[in-house]
Amino acid sequence: MKQIKFYLLMLLASVMMLQGCAGMQAKDEEGVEQGVTDGAAEGAEATSASISGEFSIEALSDPESPLSSRVFYFDYDSSDLRDEDKEIIAKHAQFVSLHPEISVVVEGHADERGTREYNLALAERRAKSVEQLLTLQGAMTEQIQVISFGEERPVALGHDEDAWQLNRRVELLYSGY
Amino acid sequence: MKMLNISRYLILILLLTTGVAQARLQITVTGGAEGALPIAVVPFGWNEKGVVPEDIAAIIRADLSRSGRFAPLQSEALIARPHSAAEINFPGWRKTGSESLVIGRIRKEGERYLIQFQLFDVLQGEQLTGYSIPVSADLLRMAAHKISDIIYETLTGERGAFNTHVAYVTVENLGGKERRFRLSVADSDGFNEQNILTSKASLMSPSWSPDGKRLAYVSFEKGRSTVYIQEIKSGERKLVAEFRGLNSAPAWSPDGKKLAMTLSRDGDPEIYVLHIATGKLRRITRSRAIDTEANWAPDGRSLVFTSDRGGRPQIYRVGVNDLGAVGRPKRLTFEGSYNARAVFSPKGDRIAMVNGGGGNYRIAVQELATGNLRVLTRSRLDESPSFSANGRMIIYATEVSGRGVLEAVSVDGRAHQRLGLRMGDVREPAWSPFITK
Repeated sequence: MKQIKFYLLMLLASVMMLQGCAGMQAKDEEGVEQGVTDGAAEGAEATSASISGEFSIEALSDPESPLSSRVFYFDYDSSDLRDEDKEIIAKHAQFVSLHPEISVVVEGHADERGTREYNLALAERRAKSVEQLLTLQGAMTEQIQVISFGEERPVALGHDEDAWQLNRRVELLYSGY
Repeated sequence: MKMLNISRYLILILLLTTGVAQARLQITVTGGAEGALPIAVVPFGWNEKGVVPEDIAAIIRADLSRSGRFAPLQSEALIARPHSAAEINFPGWRKTGSESLVIGRIRKEGERYLIQFQLFDVLQGEQLTGYSIPVSADLLRMAAHKISDIIYETLTGERGAFNTHVAYVTVENLGGKERRFRLSVADSDGFNEQNILTSKASLMSPSWSPDGKRLAYVSFEKGRSTVYIQEIKSGERKLVAEFRGLNSAPAWSPDGKKLAMTLSRDGDPEIYVLHIATGKLRRITRSRAIDTEANWAPDGRSLVFTSDRGGRPQIYRVGVNDLGAVGRPKRLTFEGSYNARAVFSPKGDRIAMVNGGGGNYRIAVQELATGNLRVLTRSRLDESPSFSANGRMIIYATEVSGRGVLEAVSVDGRAHQRLGLRMGDVREPAWSPFITK
């Protein structure tokens, strides 16, 4: 008897939990939807009102904008940024700081020479040198995610300096752009 | 006749039971060995009708040849095919130049097989050793490797490492940006390949547990590097490091309780030691440079690692105990502008590493007592050296005609062999320790 009672209780409890879950989910979904519609509308208006052309959100899809440059190359075993790239990264930093809703992934890469693990560390250092410049110029660390792929994701598959030069790089990836 | 029963040794682990893969590693001996001992291995007798289930003598010949220390006679040069001691004409065998002779028989006993073999000193006309090995059909190759181990040890005085495994990563291009990565384990002769993990994202840095039952490795399946431990037999795996930043370069401690690894959770890549059971972490290095690729000394009391704290990647060594680092890291390498991924030999008397300079990356060995460095390979993109369990051979990854292959070289630099797939790339080799019960 006791056992049956126990099972009944368990059953009751799980039914209640299921209902509880369903109820919560419905609320969650509503909440998310609401947030998205309200937030997006307000955010979009606010941005276009306060940010001038060069750093408007549309600049991300403008091939003429300096923001269209999102790959930066490095010398062998180096994580030093080139001067011309520093200027472009400064533009990205300004853009990111003006758009707190935007987040950016900074991916570090290396060429195939040397060991995979050292290259993973080297590629992270390259990505961090870009991250550092972005945050120095006003981007918030919460907006930036650094990921190192080392030599695991080459863009050029050759085994010579032409290919290696293209693979020693940092890429900026804006989600959705 | 001395016939010992070593069935107990053969009730070893057959860890690898999941699907046999189609693409196995093909081994080619690419460099001979001067001064190798000539030995005759006669095809084993077979008393049944039908094809012999495994050519035991051929497996032994290939093992001995790969070691670089033996030069087995070609089968055309065999003057006779004796299967028992009474049939051996020693004066005739002396004329072939062989110093040693191996004969044997294989017999079916119900569902099992009985392999008997004898090793003779041709000059003395004496038996050196002989064993009778009962074995099931699926362990015939393993029994053959065990015989190779016994022959090797009897004639060289050193333990053979033929009955060991190699873990490695293969990569296939599936078109577009799609790639398939597999972590596989095979016998040290490339046979019995088993895939233990398949992933669309990079896999790297497999490291064997000292009992040969588990592998730690780096996987990018979560979109960035994380470290897993996987039990080979069951396939059960556990995520052990998923901190912010890099989680990489796992290296199992000799007592099997800890993993050294590289984490950049505090800002830049540093060496940490993770106590596997408790999850407790100890930070070992403290420099703003890259510190990575830790490897344990066999006594567990120090680590070597790669660091560019001096400007360029070089190998350093630091003492460790349960509380962390002991003393300051000391630089070990001074030859070449690039030294990385050092591994200790099983005896701890030397390290193998990637030695670079002038655009080439080669495998080198450095004696720890003298600091003497010897470059063992001649290609330009060699990496991931790993010692065989007896310390005689080093397996490493290299590139031939744009494709990743594995090669092995003897520590004296004399014997070379290539292990390549017919398709795709193979990389990141890790030779298993001796397999214990």
